[in-house]
Amino acid sequence: MKDYLILIAGMGFVTFLPRWFPLFFLSKREIPKLLIEWLDLIPAAILSALLIPALVVGGEPKIMAFKPELLASIPTFLFALKTKSLGGTVVVGMALYWLIGKGLLPFFGL
Amino acid sequence: MRQNNDVRIGASAAWPICLGYIPIGFAFGVLARKAGLTPLQIGMMSVFVFAGSSQFIAVSMLADGASAIAIILTTFMVNLRHLLMSSALAVFFKGEDRKRLSLFAYGVTDESFAVNLARLRDGDWNLNRSLVVNQMANAAWIASTVIGGFGGQFIPEKAFGIDYALIAMFICLLVFQLRGRKYVITAIIAGILAVIFSLLIPGNSYIILASVIAATLGLIFKKYLT
Repeated sequence: MKDYLILIAGMGFVTFLPRWFPLFFLSKREIPKLLIEWLDLIPAAILSALLIPALVVGGEPKIMAFKPELLASIPTFLFALKTKSLGGTVVVGMALYWLIGKGLLPFFGL
Repeated sequence: MRQNNDVRIGASAAWPICLGYIPIGFAFGVLARKAGLTPLQIGMMSVFVFAGSSQFIAVSMLADGASAIAIILTTFMVNLRHLLMSSALAVFFKGEDRKRLSLFAYGVTDESFAVNLARLRDGDWNLNRSLVVNQMANAAWIASTVIGGFGGQFIPEKAFGIDYALIAMFICLLVFQLRGRKYVITAIIAGILAVIFSLLIPGNSYIILASVIAATLGLIFKKYLT
């Protein structure tokens, strides 16, 4: 148990550090305008970098594949674009993915 | 009264994250139990680390008999991407109390980052509400990992498409970010690069690499091509 405590304390420390450093130091400084403009683009970049591989890359070793995640993502994306509702998109996305998993979508001509 | 209000509003923004964490937390708890951890140890890791993908990796490394140093270094690499997220969030918290910012930093995850950033940008958000989002997500993560450790195998896999909750959330959060041509171009570059890098590079460093290059190219595009 002692070894385990050291392990999770170490993991916790190295996880906390990058989360904490910019918030602690950047919030007290003037941030250069160019950096602000760059940081402004970071969320779109990160979200896309997190999302797109989850839709089209699978397997071990990794390969590009046509996944049900991708099929469900198209109507989910359109729903999000139309409604701008986070909760609604989550529920609709889950329902679509579930239906695709059940093989029900062909019955609706999709 | 105002504080109560912040809790209510924060909670209403946090629930999609909590919903998304439940299946992943269960899955983690089940795996960690199989790797020999007790529910107490599982809960403690979720409290100390609170970072899903690195916890999965740590447990599989533990099962393979990896050293603590190797696990800690891997955890650092996997979670380094939060550096970018905290930097983007810091822009909105200028001059805030550093103790509260440190507490907030503990709860910065891919999901809470994206939810808080979208709201901060809309302007009707503050550090209190952001803290509520982080801590609710944190509570959902800790609880679901411990419950998974006690017997997540009894919950049917893929029930009601809940595995898709986080992907659907990211889709909507990405839509929130696409507020102009430069964001769309940056997102397209990041998506293509992330796919290529994820195929070429082991681990998840493709996220940080693709994001940094895409944001830089997006900025160049904005400066010189418009």
